[in-house]
Amino acid sequence: MSTEVKTAEPKESLFSKKNKKLVTDPLSDNNPITIQVLGICSALAITVQVQQAVIMSLAVTFVTFGGNVVISLIRNIIPSRIRIIVQLVIVASLVIIVNEILKAYLPDISEKLSVFVGLIITNCIIMGRLEAFALGNKPWPSFLDGLGNGLGYSWILVVVAVIREILGSGAISFPGIGQIKFLSPEFMASTGYMNNNFIILPPMALVIVGVIIWIQRTRNKSLIESH
Amino acid sequence: METLNIFVKGIFIENMIFAYFLGMCSFLAVSKKVKTGIGLGAAVVFVLGITVPINYLLENYVLKEGALAWMGAEYATVDLSFLSFIMFIAVIASIVQLVEMIVEKFAPALYGALGIFLPLIAVNCSILGGALFMQERQYTSVWDATSFGVGSGIGWFLAIVAIAAIRERIKYSHVPAPLRGLGITFIITGLMGIAFMSFMGINI
Repeated sequence: MSTEVKTAEPKESLFSKKNKKLVTDPLSDNNPITIQVLGICSALAITVQVQQAVIMSLAVTFVTFGGNVVISLIRNIIPSRIRIIVQLVIVASLVIIVNEILKAYLPDISEKLSVFVGLIITNCIIMGRLEAFALGNKPWPSFLDGLGNGLGYSWILVVVAVIREILGSGAISFPGIGQIKFLSPEFMASTGYMNNNFIILPPMALVIVGVIIWIQRTRNKSLIESH
Repeated sequence: METLNIFVKGIFIENMIFAYFLGMCSFLAVSKKVKTGIGLGAAVVFVLGITVPINYLLENYVLKEGALAWMGAEYATVDLSFLSFIMFIAVIASIVQLVEMIVEKFAPALYGALGIFLPLIAVNCSILGGALFMQERQYTSVWDATSFGVGSGIGWFLAIVAIAAIRERIKYSHVPAPLRGLGITFIITGLMGIAFMSFMGINI
């Protein structure tokens, strides 16, 4: 990394204001999921449990900044006509690495994520950032941009997963620890509340993201769409 | 009968949009008008119907463990399945390119309708999703795989046309300002997904 930085940013400091903005912007005002509408494809189906969501977020963040850095390093030698294929091949190789690591160290989560790890390849966030940013910028800013967008994707995913897991299963789970049922069924039954299985159904993830968008745009009026 | 069952399942029960959220990006971006929705939907049916069987053959005669046995006994233990992501995406990207060229040459009218949507499709999650589900579910014949591909394509088509029709109408209603556009589309898609769940358990 240090060699990249030396060549990439001779004058600008490593964490200048502009570079910081690359990371913080995608967290709120330019969030990949709620504002840019990218990467929803593989995001919502795996938010039933927090541990899956965390692992998925890590995988997507890794592929986003990894792909951004690689493409940014070779951006001047990619012929523009075949760039989509080049990008797909690079992203696919990164995803294969992720998939093999998951299969080796976290086989049960890998089983649950099933096809959605493979679908990171066509996750629009990654292709979108490669096209929009990495092809025209140096490696270090591209790295930060990829990291920021990966984290922006991650926090939405984890928030949705927390809501769904608490309301749906009365529990919360972390990778490595497993599921902790802090609300036991007996306790819930005595208060008259039952686990809301409805919220585990796939369509409810969409409704929750819709509500997050609603809250975000109520707080920041400039994001409201006109008809 | 099994083939028909897979077809119906792909359309209604295991709908790409409502059950797995595949292809949501283009689903949300291109669903403002019914006409463009129909164009993209038709292109998805077309490409899924072609790529799923091709990937099925690739999977069963090249990639799977022991799939290379037809080349000779010494290949019988080769397992190339870790390459499947890269092979599937390469097949999809090149088939889309090829289909675009063929359609342009032999059916200019169809190209006029589908043309701009075809390049979009190479990175549509539902296409790669179709291939990966086919791999996971291990269909027994190429006909089952084809009917799965066409069926889920039609399911996607139905979903995008339905949401586009709703979005055309919703322009005239009083949606709360922060919910306008994207937010309400998410919620409507969710509600439609719940409606589609009533098809669960249908068996032919």
